[in-house]
Amino acid sequence: MPVYEAVIGLEVHAQLRTESKLFCACSTRFGQEPNTNVCPVCAGMPGTLPVLNARAVEYAVMMALAVGCRVNRVNVFARKNYFYPDLPLGYQISQFDLPLAEGGSVTIDAGAGPKVVGITRIHMENDAGKSIHSQAENVSFVDLNRAGTPLIEIVSEPDMRSPEEAEAYLRALHSVVTWLGICDGNMEEGSFRCDANVSIRPVGQREFGTRTELKNMNSFRNVRRAIAYEIARQEDLLADGGAVVQQTRLFDADKGVTHAMRGKEEAHDYRYYPDPDLLPVEISETMIADLRAALPELPAARRARFESALGLPPEAVAALTADRALSDYYEAAVAAYDEPRKVANWMLSEMLRRLNDTGVGVADCALAPEGFAAIVRMVEEGAVSQKSGRDMFAALFAGGGDPEAYAREHGLAQVSDSAALEAAVDAVLAANPAEVEAYRAGKTKLMGFFVGQVMRATKGQANAKLLNEIITARLG
Amino acid sequence: MSDLHTMTLAGLREALAAGKIGAGEATAATLERIAAVEPKVRAFVTVAGERALAEARALDARGPDPARPLWGVPVAVKDVIAVKGMPTTCGSRILEHFEPCYDAFVVRRLREAGAVIVGKTNMDEFAMGSSTEKSAFGPTANPWDTTRVPGGSSGGSAAAVAAGQCFGALGTDTGGSIRQPASFCGCVGLKPTYGRVSRWGCVAYGSSLDQIGPMARTVQDTALLFQAIAGFDPQDSTCVDAALPDTPAALAACEDLAGLRIGVPREYWGQGLAPEVEAACRAALDAAAARGATLVPVELPHTPYAVAAYYIIAMAEASSNLARFDGVRYGLRDKDARELLDMYVRSRSRGFGEEVQRRIMIGTYVLSAGYYDAYYRKAAQVRRLIRQDFAEALKRCDVLCGPVSPVTAWPLGAMDADPVQMYLMDIFTISLNLAGLPGLSLPVGLGADSGLPVGLQLLGPAFGEARLLAVAGVLERALGPLPAPAGL
Repeated sequence: MPVYEAVIGLEVHAQLRTESKLFCACSTRFGQEPNTNVCPVCAGMPGTLPVLNARAVEYAVMMALAVGCRVNRVNVFARKNYFYPDLPLGYQISQFDLPLAEGGSVTIDAGAGPKVVGITRIHMENDAGKSIHSQAENVSFVDLNRAGTPLIEIVSEPDMRSPEEAEAYLRALHSVVTWLGICDGNMEEGSFRCDANVSIRPVGQREFGTRTELKNMNSFRNVRRAIAYEIARQEDLLADGGAVVQQTRLFDADKGVTHAMRGKEEAHDYRYYPDPDLLPVEISETMIADLRAALPELPAARRARFESALGLPPEAVAALTADRALSDYYEAAVAAYDEPRKVANWMLSEMLRRLNDTGVGVADCALAPEGFAAIVRMVEEGAVSQKSGRDMFAALFAGGGDPEAYAREHGLAQVSDSAALEAAVDAVLAANPAEVEAYRAGKTKLMGFFVGQVMRATKGQANAKLLNEIITARLG
Repeated sequence: MSDLHTMTLAGLREALAAGKIGAGEATAATLERIAAVEPKVRAFVTVAGERALAEARALDARGPDPARPLWGVPVAVKDVIAVKGMPTTCGSRILEHFEPCYDAFVVRRLREAGAVIVGKTNMDEFAMGSSTEKSAFGPTANPWDTTRVPGGSSGGSAAAVAAGQCFGALGTDTGGSIRQPASFCGCVGLKPTYGRVSRWGCVAYGSSLDQIGPMARTVQDTALLFQAIAGFDPQDSTCVDAALPDTPAALAACEDLAGLRIGVPREYWGQGLAPEVEAACRAALDAAAARGATLVPVELPHTPYAVAAYYIIAMAEASSNLARFDGVRYGLRDKDARELLDMYVRSRSRGFGEEVQRRIMIGTYVLSAGYYDAYYRKAAQVRRLIRQDFAEALKRCDVLCGPVSPVTAWPLGAMDADPVQMYLMDIFTISLNLAGLPGLSLPVGLGADSGLPVGLQLLGPAFGEARLLAVAGVLERALGPLPAPAGL
């Protein structure tokens, strides 16, 4: 029996985070009452006409530039004709033979080292509405709030060979679109979603096998699971002497299986043709140059810089570049206190824990990066104790403020004055002669007792490191 | 009954502005005229009498406004153009009870100019036809001979104008639907340059060909309406932000045709042209020459391919433009349907007439995988060649001239048997839509055999409407007015 390899390509749809829809002024906000974000244009009323949202084009071009695509200076909207109740016009306004952009790539690492995955094309299109099928009655409802929301479809080359690579590619795209701020990346609400084309072939064979198209995978994990299941299913089929049938299959996350979409598989003929209501989209060199200049440093570049210039370990880099806001916060903090590793440690421990606990995004954290840096610096310089530093962070995270002032007001300033500490130590030793005796006899565990007594006497403000040194010297 | 309906739009406008006639009076007289002749003409799908009277009285309450060039003028609008709160049926069962919640751009413009919309005029269903017989609400008759068609698809507008049921009307022209009925009914019709008038609110047939335009009894009236509706609208992406000259002023300033080069396309004067049409149009050319114009023979060599290319493109666009009529959100829905496909099939089979179904099916076919290259792509190529033909011809002359239709109005029912024969009648009008250029139909006399109006077509360069109107104005004076329609 031959050894098979999988061939996987992804079609990713990302909803663009514009205020208004692609061809009308309706809001794109999610979770509104059904059919409230609707106007005559997106409801497909007769005589209405589409007008292209310029911001959506900018967002799409940003994505194209971010993944190294060639932007087509003239690209064309085409009508994709099919009937469905949540498609008001009876056609989707998409792009066909002249898409926005072609020929890019992203580099992924699924554990076996870097690998380049090609991007065939990126095109713009509008989303359909939603059909809601009542379980109670034999009736369906249509909600057009989403109808007309701008999407980009990012089509990969069939370059992936394992479910892990597919997931890594999807994560890479997700990271870019959210990094750019052009898509909120929410997979549960469907603002970032993907279909997978999966086939297998004997290793060494050039021709592709028959592919199936997988849908309904609304998390990274499910994408991986669905593809893994589908590869195994196809291998079993071929092993039993069967053949793969080209079809669309839905992933059932509860059972972890894919099954063929119900209903007869019709060969759709979408009858694409240029939309006569819209002019060809012209994208000037100036616009491309301006958008390119305004592109932020992308995750891959920032990761490389964090590793090389800041000397951070790979795990820290990965965590600090998972999210642009977190990454930007970290950078701002390092700018205020040039100790990348120390700031990173605080980010990865205190900051991440508190963000997770509170569910607040770092962008909404009341404590400015400079304040955060100040706390780290005060702890590192011994101005406050580690514990006071943590307490201070907890207090300032929600309310904000100046750590120096906070430490003063709350008497957190650490006693690092050795004369004062020596006096306090002497007082404690004088008051506990029996323990001093025992310590000197070898019961060195009593160190903690002395430290504790001095801490109590100084209300916890003694510099712990200095204190240890003084006690050790006195008892030595 | 008053004879107010025999006034020109320009004449009425002056009387209204001077306070000699009130807006309410003008509208009431118009409604009276409609009531009197409508049983014979059947030009309207909807007469909005009470609403029009109320609007006219509201105008009177504030008095004439010199800033509003159509203040108090009763006009009609083809039923393919959306008027808020008024039925907009497109001559189709599927939209029989549809009332849009928005005004078309041109309707907004008419209102801003002070016009009073008295009703919606009949048309071939979704503007698909050349006779206004394909309306779901019955045919309109030609005021010159009520046993004959008024032309189409804007036959209701043409008949209403000719019959004095309004002082001007809007039509739409996808392949001649303004010019041909204007020619059949003896009125003036202007198809503006593609992009000159916003299509917002005009229910699409062939989106890359459709254009709204004015129809009226005189060239000056037509110019006044054109001036009111033309102009840039950001809501229509295909609308062009081009300078708009003062068209009525340009018309008034043009006294003769000295120095004008009129191109006479060989292909428009050949076989199949009825002798009475040719004779009337030749006489008009002679009149033009007598006024100083030079006649220049030109060629439009791709004309023989225009009908085929036109119908492929128009039907392809129609097949997707009409997909929105699915019974889901508005319009006719078959309530007996058991499931989705059944609902689509039953609603659309009941809602669309035979000609519309035919065009949707042909349009679907020409866009289908495997046929696209042979039909749609080829037609798009032919379209470019036709555009080049006009560009070449217009390098050598200022306007082109030919008949609008090879024949005068035919008897009702005469073309029922063979739709292709009717498509072929569009031979002289459709090339212009493929090229996106402006064209004007001017009545130049009555046919010697039929006694029915004959229209001469003036074709010009993009955004050259003022030139066409100015030339038409000179010819109109030279040829004199037509008599009143004989059929009423």
